[in-house]
Amino acid sequence: MLYGYAGNTLRIDLSAGKVEKEPLKKEWVDEFIGGRGFTSKILYDENPPNVEPFDPENRFIIAMGPLSGLFLPASGKTHFCTKSPATGGYGDSNMGGHFGVNMKYAGYDVTIIKGKAKEPSYIFIDNDTVEIRPAGQYWGKGSTEVESAMKEELGEEYQILTIGEAGENLVNFACISHDFGRQAGRIGIGAVLGSKNIKAIVARGTKSIPVFDPKGLLKKGKETYAACREKPGFKGWTPEGTAGITNWCNDVGALPTRNFQTSHCDYADKINGKAILKELKITDKGCFACPIPCGKYGHAKTKRGNVYVEGPEYETLSLLGSNCELDDIHGIAYTNYICDEVGIDTCSAGAVVSFALECYEKGYISKEEMGMDVKWGDLDSIVHILNIIAKREGIGDTLALGVQGAAEKIGYDSSKFAIHVKGLEWTGYESRNAPGMMLGYMTSDIGAHHGRCWVLGSDVATAVGGDKNATVHDLISGDSDFDTIPKADHKNVVPLVLKSQHLRPAFDILGTCRLQYMEIGLETEYYEELYYYATGKKMDFNKDLLLLSEKIWHLNRMFNKREISDFGRKYDYPPARFYEEKIPNGPNKGHVMDLGVIEEMLDTYYEARGWDENGIPTQATLEKHNLTV
Amino acid sequence: MGLIFNNETCSGCKACELVCTLQNLKEINPSKAMLHVYGKFPDPGKYYVDICDQCGACAEACPQDAIELKGQTYRINKDKCDKCMACVPACPVNLVKVDDDGYPYKCINCKQCVTVCPRDALTFE
Repeated sequence: MLYGYAGNTLRIDLSAGKVEKEPLKKEWVDEFIGGRGFTSKILYDENPPNVEPFDPENRFIIAMGPLSGLFLPASGKTHFCTKSPATGGYGDSNMGGHFGVNMKYAGYDVTIIKGKAKEPSYIFIDNDTVEIRPAGQYWGKGSTEVESAMKEELGEEYQILTIGEAGENLVNFACISHDFGRQAGRIGIGAVLGSKNIKAIVARGTKSIPVFDPKGLLKKGKETYAACREKPGFKGWTPEGTAGITNWCNDVGALPTRNFQTSHCDYADKINGKAILKELKITDKGCFACPIPCGKYGHAKTKRGNVYVEGPEYETLSLLGSNCELDDIHGIAYTNYICDEVGIDTCSAGAVVSFALECYEKGYISKEEMGMDVKWGDLDSIVHILNIIAKREGIGDTLALGVQGAAEKIGYDSSKFAIHVKGLEWTGYESRNAPGMMLGYMTSDIGAHHGRCWVLGSDVATAVGGDKNATVHDLISGDSDFDTIPKADHKNVVPLVLKSQHLRPAFDILGTCRLQYMEIGLETEYYEELYYYATGKKMDFNKDLLLLSEKIWHLNRMFNKREISDFGRKYDYPPARFYEEKIPNGPNKGHVMDLGVIEEMLDTYYEARGWDENGIPTQATLEKHNLTV
Repeated sequence: MGLIFNNETCSGCKACELVCTLQNLKEINPSKAMLHVYGKFPDPGKYYVDICDQCGACAEACPQDAIELKGQTYRINKDKCDKCMACVPACPVNLVKVDDDGYPYKCINCKQCVTVCPRDALTFE
């Protein structure tokens, strides 16, 4: 008996209209545990080399972890993986909500989808029943509109993920939407589903998940929920969720503003967590089994209309807010709603819209191409750009490529302010005076995403003093009133970056949310014991799990090398804005990242990783991790 | 008197469903839980939990008098139950469930959902 797992892999060939089920491979479990471990292994092994992201042969993989769906905090994470249209390399995106646990309760730890349906379709999964059904009636409709209609048609208990118009139109940063506000946002995962003619996947599972020691899991689960309640962050962090960090980021000069031209604004109080609570919030909206619900479901009122929307969370606040100079919380929430409905990632959307606004301001995009006279901070302008991207109209067709692809087409010097790494747009932490954070973005396997590394707190601590290991709750409840911040030291960032790069994605292997650990400081020992009661196996979190997390890092690097012909060091640089332009205002005024520091950090990082000077894992490193690639 | 739900704080996490089945059935399976969490989205954007408030409708429907009031809790006496299932549709919130052996089961006020709920959305009075 494979405890902690549902025990099956589901394979769907859309071209052939074929569905197969097979036992979950023991070697996957033994070597890669679950979630991100499974997806990295499967994508490397099963994706035909050099297949294009929108080729039917590109796999779309859904994986759960051994802790997914169990009685423990935030066990509802779902991991999606494919070859990314944004980067051309390894891509994964993670989502909360209730979808993945229903896949597991239906009996499937892993689902591998290939091919392309002959017509717009949706995949219906109800325990052992798996069908590819026509979805013509839903094609062209908005994500939450479709979710509502499908729940009406099928029943409230069915969990639904959908793509919007942007996914159908293969926008490079199209997302998957679920549960009226949860997304697997990054790497264009929704566009790959669209390329397969799949509008939605529906899941309902009513089976039990076998666990090694139900009594032990019950006791430990209760203890873990109780331990969360005892953390100061339980009451301190939860009310505002991720948006609670907005003012701290602004205070330490890390809030992306005006397409990352600067890192500080004078209206953070208007777009922060408190503004959400005062102006928008109806209810706290939690993912499956989560004791610290970060989702804030609310009602936004704007001149364009009133909408229900989950969020905005911090990334959305910063990237569609200050980064587009939109200082109205209702307006930001409205743009969030549009992104959800058309199905585009709010992170990339904010970066692309701000890039477009700067191009327009500089005269690189004409009014005719844009379709209207657009302005920074103008809700109508931002919504217009989002809509033409989703529909691929006018310049929207170019912007749909993401900032890297758009800059290549637009030309001039726009690539200098196309804020991305490897083709994936940078998220909500300006890093010109945060060398560790910048290195984390630079070397992330999927491109510029904070989910792989977050060491902003330690960067700030090196500059102004403080605890390098502080939780987010500790940071936001501390004093951050700095007039100026000295230049942060880059000398010792590599070990911290490596630790964070292994730690954060480790939770994606287990199938749980990392925020209990990251934001409120739930100790890793809890996960070790929960894992034991679930699977019957001992696991040392800091040795075994982090070693696997490191191994995955090497494997994904090798996937990128295989798929991108000239892949190497040159893919690990930040945009020129960060090493050519000084921050013009705020506490980090005058700081700019030095190109020499970037080179030095990369050299040190590669050496510590066991990669050559071009950033490719050495044979010795691969052998050390038993990787045959 | 008994289990009370407060939808002002519920965030829809279903930890109550998880503990309910693990405590009482030794299983990880929210679909078998003796309470049911659901959301109404987009409008009004709220969560609700159907709970057993020990109304006794199941006991009234039982032709064998197998559902007996013990203190404040209606309990199913398996020795008297003939699996006729009259109690199942009688429950106004569909929370009399059927186990793998064909016996009905229902909430016994174990209060574990109250203990675990991280939002204090369930209380017992």
